[in-house]
Formats: sequence, C-alpha cells, structure tokens
Amino acid sequence: MNVGNLGNFGNELPIVPLLDNIQRPTATRPRTGLLFLAVVVGHVILISSQVQSRSGVPVLEGVTFGAFARVQQGTSHAFKSVRNVWSNYVDLRGARAENDLLRSRVADLEVRLQEQRALAERSGQLQALLDLRQFVSVPTVAADVISGYVNPGVLTVTIDKGSSDGVQPNMAVLSSEGVVGRVISPVAAHAARVQLLIDHNGPAAAGAMTERTRAGGMVVGKEGDPPLRMDFVSNLADVKTGDVVLTSGADGIYPRGFRIGWVEHSERGDGLSLAITVRPAIDFRSLEEVLVILREARSAIPEGASEPGGPAR
Amino acid sequence: MKTAGVLLALVVALAAQTTLSGLTMTGASMVNLVIVAVVYAALVFGPITGLMAGTAGGLAQDALAGGIVGIGSLSKTIVGFLAGLLGAHFIVAQPLPRFVMFVSASVVHEICYQGLSALVEVRPLRLAYGPVLTQAAINGIVGLTAFFVVERLPGALQRRRARRGRY
Repeated sequence: MNVGNLGNFGNELPIVPLLDNIQRPTATRPRTGLLFLAVVVGHVILISSQVQSRSGVPVLEGVTFGAFARVQQGTSHAFKSVRNVWSNYVDLRGARAENDLLRSRVADLEVRLQEQRALAERSGQLQALLDLRQFVSVPTVAADVISGYVNPGVLTVTIDKGSSDGVQPNMAVLSSEGVVGRVISPVAAHAARVQLLIDHNGPAAAGAMTERTRAGGMVVGKEGDPPLRMDFVSNLADVKTGDVVLTSGADGIYPRGFRIGWVEHSERGDGLSLAITVRPAIDFRSLEEVLVILREARSAIPEGASEPGGPAR
Repeated sequence: MKTAGVLLALVVALAAQTTLSGLTMTGASMVNLVIVAVVYAALVFGPITGLMAGTAGGLAQDALAGGIVGIGSLSKTIVGFLAGLLGAHFIVAQPLPRFVMFVSASVVHEICYQGLSALVEVRPLRLAYGPVLTQAAINGIVGLTAFFVVERLPGALQRRRARRGRY
C-alpha cells in the first residue's frame, strides 16, 4: 500500500488522502509482474537490435535467426517425422500388398513346380515303361493301377485294362523295376485284377534264378519282412546275400530275365534246400503304371543275348 | 492527471539534468534527476507507474545521450519497478526510509547500468564506488527535498493566504 501521503507536515490542515493513488498490489501483482517482464523483454530486444556480435551480425538478428533456426529445425524434424511415419505406413501397406501378391505367386509357382515334377516323374515312368516295352519282344499293353488292395489279406490291385485290351488271366504283369504279378480272374472288359507276387494267400509263385550263379528255384510270397522267399534251391547252390533274383521263365507265365529282387538272407534249410528270403525290387505300395504281357512267353530274352539292362537294372 | 504529473516531472528532470550535465565527476554525474523522478513516482504511485516512468525517462535520457538506447531505460525500469514494489510493501513515509530508498535505488541503477554496458560492450565491469555513492547520496537529498516541497508547499501557500486575508 502506498502511504506516501502520510508524511504531511501540516497538522492544521486536513489531510487529503490520495485514495486514488493507493495501490493494491495483491490484486494487481500478477499483471504487474507480466507487464514488468514484457517491458524487460522489450528492452532486451531493443538493446540487442543495436548491438553487434563479434561476427558483425546484430545480436537481435543473430538471436532471432538462431531461435528461428531452432524453430525451423524443430518444425522440419516434426515434418520429416510425420512424413516418415506416413511414408513408412504407405510403404508398409505397399509391402503388405506386395507380400500378399508374392505369396500368391509363390503358391502358384509351387503348384506349377509340383505339377512339373509330377509330369517329369510320370514322363520318367512312362519312359521306363517304354524302354521295357521295347525290350520285351512280346505284345504288351500299358495299364494304370486304379485301385489298391481291395480285400485285407489278399494282395491284389486293379488295372484299367481288361479283356477288350487283350488282357486275359494268368498274363504276367511287369513294371520298369521288376515283376509285379499276374492277372487273375475275373477280367472285366476294361479292368482286371492283378495278384501281386508278394501275395502269400494264393499261387503267385514265379520261377526264379539267381543272376550270378543261375541257381534255380521258385519265388513265392510269405508273411513277414521281407515278403518273398525263394524255395527249391539246392543246398549245394552258391547263393549269397545281395544276389539278384530274376525270373527264369520256367513257370510259363513270367518271361525270363526280369528282376524279382535281391537275396536278403540265405542259409541252410531243414531239408535239401536253402532257406532264402528275397527283398522285392518293386515297392508294391506305390505302383502306378504297369505293363501287361499279352501272351505267355517262356523267355523274353533271345538265346545268346546278354542279360537285359532295363528290366534287371 | 497522474500521468501528466509524472510526465511533467520527467521532463523537468531531464531538462535540469541536461543543464547540469557539466557537473561531472570521474565518469558519473553528481546527480541523476531522472532516477530521482522515477523513484519518486514509484514511491508515490506504485510499481506500474514506477516501471512506466523508468521506461519513459530512461528512453528519453538514452536518446538524448546517444549510444545504445535501452541500457539506461532498462536500468531505470528495473529500479522504478523495485522501488514501487518496496514502497507498496513497506511504510516509506519518513525521511530516513525515503532517503535510504533513493540511495539504494541510485546504487542499484548504477550497478544495472554499468553491468549492462559491460555486457553489451563486452568489457569488464568497472564501478567507481566513490562517485556512485556520492551521486546516490545527492540523489537522496534531492528526493527528500522533492517530497518535502510537494507535501509542504500546498499547506504553506494556504496558510500564507489565510494570514493575508486576516490582515
């Protein structure tokens, strides 16, 4: 409170209080402080505009430029950040769309690759079958396996060729890897059942011999693993593990010289024969194309010819 | 009325100061009438008036003196504001407190002025304590005289008129 008027010396005169001049700082202090601050800042700006820095640039200009440069820097940084966020978002969206497109293309290419692989594999199988067909000197017909084992315990498959194609019971069925089995009754016009050589429930035997020593015998199906055994081989014969077993043609069904499998184990049997187990050359679980020999042949190999490279591979 | 009175006081102080500018001692005037007017206005009317008076009087003094405008003005603004605040918070109605206030304001003004000058001109702060204190003391005496005149003059005139009327 301003009390400057209390200092009157004339006691005989009425004291005229200068009420108009009495200040109430409590109410006006914030505004007073702001005003003081504004005036001080104005002075600083005024002084700065007249003072030059060591570089010759007015301080006000330098400070203003520096401060504004900071503002510009901040604004630019903020703008770049926003732009980066936006561009990253857009890029991300683009990347996502591109990713989806690429995934689709990869899936499409994988499908095509699988198709090409299947085609190549089928071409190889057909080529092998063609080679076999060219090797076999008797009439043949190629057939696809259209179904697997129908009845449990009966190891048969169904092929898509039948009597209308010349297929008859007891015709031999081969593949590019070896002997498959024989056609059994009944034979339909466009389908036939083939008893696999490994079937141990029926007479699916095949006359056989070892490639190395020409030891003859008969291969029949059996239970267990391996699913073939070779009977009627003399104890005196030289049969070792790993010997290739071929058809001998002695059964009158299978042509001579086609691969049946390999000797997996050979030992002296109870009687006069060796106990030999044979690992089939064919994976009977994945039969797809086969070749049906359209007539009985005692032997597919002409006399004096070497062992067939294709079938006995 | 208040504004006109303050402005009139400043103009008078400036005129008298320029007239007395020849009376100098080693770098400082023997009296600074503008600061006396500013402190007087601050003590009488408060910090805002002191602030405004300091700004106006300082700017005018800086403009007349040449050099960098604003240093003396800022110093007087600070002094006027502080004097107004102190006058509003404490009872400064007796001669001694007023004298102390004038002396202190003068010293603070000189410190602010020399400090700002040194800062702006990039030179060390040099303060001549003797002349500064002398000027502060003279300012205090002048200020007290101003208060005395302003507060006694109306009553004295009235008493004189009353005596003349009696005869």
